[in-house]
Amino acid sequence: MTGEGLARLQFGVMTVYHFIFVPITIGLAFLLAILETRYWKTRKPEDRKVIDFFGRLFLINFAVGVVTGIFQEFQFGMNWSDYSRFVGDVFGAPLAVEALAAFFLESTFIGVWVFGWDRLSPRMHAWSMWLVAIGTSLSAFWILTANSFMQEPVGYKIVNGHAEMTNFFALLGNPQLWVEFPHVEAAALTTGAFFIASISAYFLLFKKEYRDWFLPPFRIALVVAAVGSVLVVAIGHEQAQHLIAAQPMKMAASEALWHTSALHAAWSIISLFNPATHHTWFSISIPSMLSLLAYNRLTGRVQGIAEIQRLYTHLYGPGNYVPPVLVTYWSFRLMILLGTLMVVVAIWGLFLLYRKRLLERPRYLKIMIWSIGLPSLANIMGWIMTEVGRQPWIVFGLQKTAQAVSPTVSMADVAITLIGFALLYATLGVIEVRLLLKFIRIGPEPQDHEAVSTNAGLSSLGEL
Amino acid sequence: MSLPTLWFVLIAVLFVGYLFLEGFDYGVGMLLPFVGKTDQERRAILATMGPVWDANQVWLITAGGALFAAFPNWYATLFSGFYLGLALLLGGLIVRGVGLEFRSKDRRPEWRNRWDALIVIGSAIPPIVWGLAMGNVLHGVPIDQHMNYVGTFFTLLNPYALVGAIAAVLLFLLHGALYLDLKAPEELSLRAHQTAYRVGMWATVSYFLFVALSYFYANFAHKLGVDPGPIPLLAGLSMIAVRFLLPGRRRGWAFVAGGLTIVLSTASVFLALFPRVMISSLNPHWSLTIYNAASNLYSLRVMTVVAVTVLPIVLAYQAWTYWVFRKRVSLKDTFHY
Ligand code: HDD
Ligand code: HEM
Ligand code: HEM
Repeated sequence: MTGEGLARLQFGVMTVYHFIFVPITIGLAFLLAILETRYWKTRKPEDRKVIDFFGRLFLINFAVGVVTGIFQEFQFGMNWSDYSRFVGDVFGAPLAVEALAAFFLESTFIGVWVFGWDRLSPRMHAWSMWLVAIGTSLSAFWILTANSFMQEPVGYKIVNGHAEMTNFFALLGNPQLWVEFPHVEAAALTTGAFFIASISAYFLLFKKEYRDWFLPPFRIALVVAAVGSVLVVAIGHEQAQHLIAAQPMKMAASEALWHTSALHAAWSIISLFNPATHHTWFSISIPSMLSLLAYNRLTGRVQGIAEIQRLYTHLYGPGNYVPPVLVTYWSFRLMILLGTLMVVVAIWGLFLLYRKRLLERPRYLKIMIWSIGLPSLANIMGWIMTEVGRQPWIVFGLQKTAQAVSPTVSMADVAITLIGFALLYATLGVIEVRLLLKFIRIGPEPQDHEAVSTNAGLSSLGEL
Repeated sequence: MSLPTLWFVLIAVLFVGYLFLEGFDYGVGMLLPFVGKTDQERRAILATMGPVWDANQVWLITAGGALFAAFPNWYATLFSGFYLGLALLLGGLIVRGVGLEFRSKDRRPEWRNRWDALIVIGSAIPPIVWGLAMGNVLHGVPIDQHMNYVGTFFTLLNPYALVGAIAAVLLFLLHGALYLDLKAPEELSLRAHQTAYRVGMWATVSYFLFVALSYFYANFAHKLGVDPGPIPLLAGLSMIAVRFLLPGRRRGWAFVAGGLTIVLSTASVFLALFPRVMISSLNPHWSLTIYNAASNLYSLRVMTVVAVTVLPIVLAYQAWTYWVFRKRVSLKDTFHY
């Protein structure tokens, strides 16, 4: 493997890991804010206990989200120093604004929320969770502004071999941003909603004594999940249409469309192909569906990989402009499959709720419990498609990934940090999951874990 | 003031804020098992920084982001050059951050001991790394004509920088102890006070040793002569003042003086560098300066507007949280951590 390959692997591993926790944080913050606002109206003690319960889970997740994020902030300089020099003028700004306008907000008010239950008025306390929620979404907005620039550079000019910002508002108005941000935001809200719905379903099904406690959060989360997942799918469709215009190669790769399609382009549900020979030997497809997806009508050609490759060689000089088709194709397929499943599960739940049959349907509740992982998986697939499909570019049309790596960082250094952090993250992941499961099992009325201090056996480091 | 200069100042302000605020959190973390003997005591100690440490840490993240936006070349050279050191720092911050949240989530003493030890290590690493970085930045590092760092990790471990690391650890220990004297339950605050007195001695010695070595090793020595100017002088004086304020238990003033030392020393480092940001030990012309490392003017102008509008709001609500949690922690509280 090359140094570039190693650096990419590291970026991918670290960032995907960060993004497992991020959407849960964004979604949960909003739902907790809603639950707390509701609590101050009802003032039922059990509602408070349910908030504390989800709050514990939220904080465990938040902690890992924060620490993995710190690494993100610095890794552009560590592994991608030539990238940083090339686009820093443009790309650094949204990152700095994110820290200033979003991270301060969320990190300050999360402290206020956790420690302020009896120091603040109810209104101020509920507001602090709303501010956390706003902070997390602002953070998503700014980081996606940065990412959108990599997908679709705008508001810059090239001076002395590097990009200079010429129009900040062009960055904010980037058409890519305005499909990417709504898609990710809706996906994140859906992720949090499935998290709450799934855990509530567990209590509805297995802990009957808490049924009445978990029905309200279940109901709220189900509504958010249904609206959110429909929105994600709808915006995803919008995004695919934008992609055909902005990055046709990514679209062609995620369709494994080796050659420009016929006038009625079919959309394949499954295709088995050999990416080396460009040979597709098996495919199930829906006629005209791709034209429909791309242009909202039944006719329309979609450009194929070979044609775009020829065009790009002409535009950008000799080189291979085809991203890894296998990965792009399957991550796109999986995202769509998972999205469809999520819509079905959420709408089905709403239907049962409306018919007041929810509690008589243990099978549905079981499915809901197992659905907790669907959105997270879809999130990962989405990012893999977006980022891998952009290759070989790091900034589309401007800089190739190979030109972006730090020239003086040795492969050994990258390997050491990659292995070290992968092990660290894996350990943290295991601990986090075990803690989450433990606190779910303990439930909303903890007996023994808190408030009891044990002195026996504490290490006597202090005597040293 | 030109925009690159203004951003140099703003970056300095962010680092000052970070080292002052997160500095006492690091100190508290390092002192955790030494000042806290029982579990309840340790939880009380963590509660002194519980509501604020995450926001304090964001000062570093903002400094990183601002560096990227205002001086991309500085950001690129510094972090790709100090690669393993930075990785170590990030590892420390990760372990420490989750440790704070996780340590009290299980009753088993093995569990809590293990996290306590990791919190100590994770809190000690940042001052070590920043101390090393300070020594190297002041001395200059091998940077080639393309602004790339061409040394190795071991280049960074020179004696001057190591003294810097030791001085930084001791200074933050002192800062943390002084903070605990103010915020920890009365029973513990006496213990913190004694620690401050004992550590303070070594902190003062190593601090002045580093200052003295700077006259030989730092790249700016020729610029200064014997009189370093008012800011470094005040930094040294406030370090000495801590020593005299401690015996009478003027805790508020001692904390202010200790904090002032950190603030003014950090400012001195930035002043000594100006207008350079990374000094090349190979050829002075290859150094990074605020001019050749900066973003274009339009970028800086946009960032200035954002910073000038947002930073005061941030400062206001951060100050407000310190006000909300101004009360001394009591052992009778129920603790989150
Ligand atoms: C769509 C949302 C999103 C995306 C794509 C990213 N992040 Fe993130 N990040 C968040 C959304 C978020 C968040 C929801 O705001 C987090 C997650 C957990 C948390 O506490 O805040 C966060 C935390 C977080 C932190 C810690 C903040 C703190 O201490 O409070 C940093 C420094 C970063 N992120 C930096 C990055 C960078 C440099 C990214 C790009 C490579 C990145 N994040 C991708
Ligand atoms: C958090 C969600 C994100 C995920 C899960 C994600 C995922 C990935 C993956 C899997 C790669 C590796 C692609 C490859 O090697 O072929 C990658 C590369 C990259 N992405 Fe992202 N990405 C995310 C967000 C971002 C954001 C917000 C930015 C910029 C602000 C960004 C910038 C980059 C860069 C610089 C690379 C390295 C070069 C490359 O390999 O393409 N990513 N990302
Ligand atoms: C059938 C439904 C869906 C379609 C048609 C769809 C479409 C797309 C497309 C075309 C992209 C790539 C955009 C680009 O490269 O510029 C994308 C990215 C992404 N998708 Fe989906 N998506 C769907 C469902 C989902 C679901 C259910 C989730 C998660 C809950 C999700 C999460 C993401 C994420 C996180 C990204 C990466 C960020 C981005 O580029 O927006 N998607 N999606």
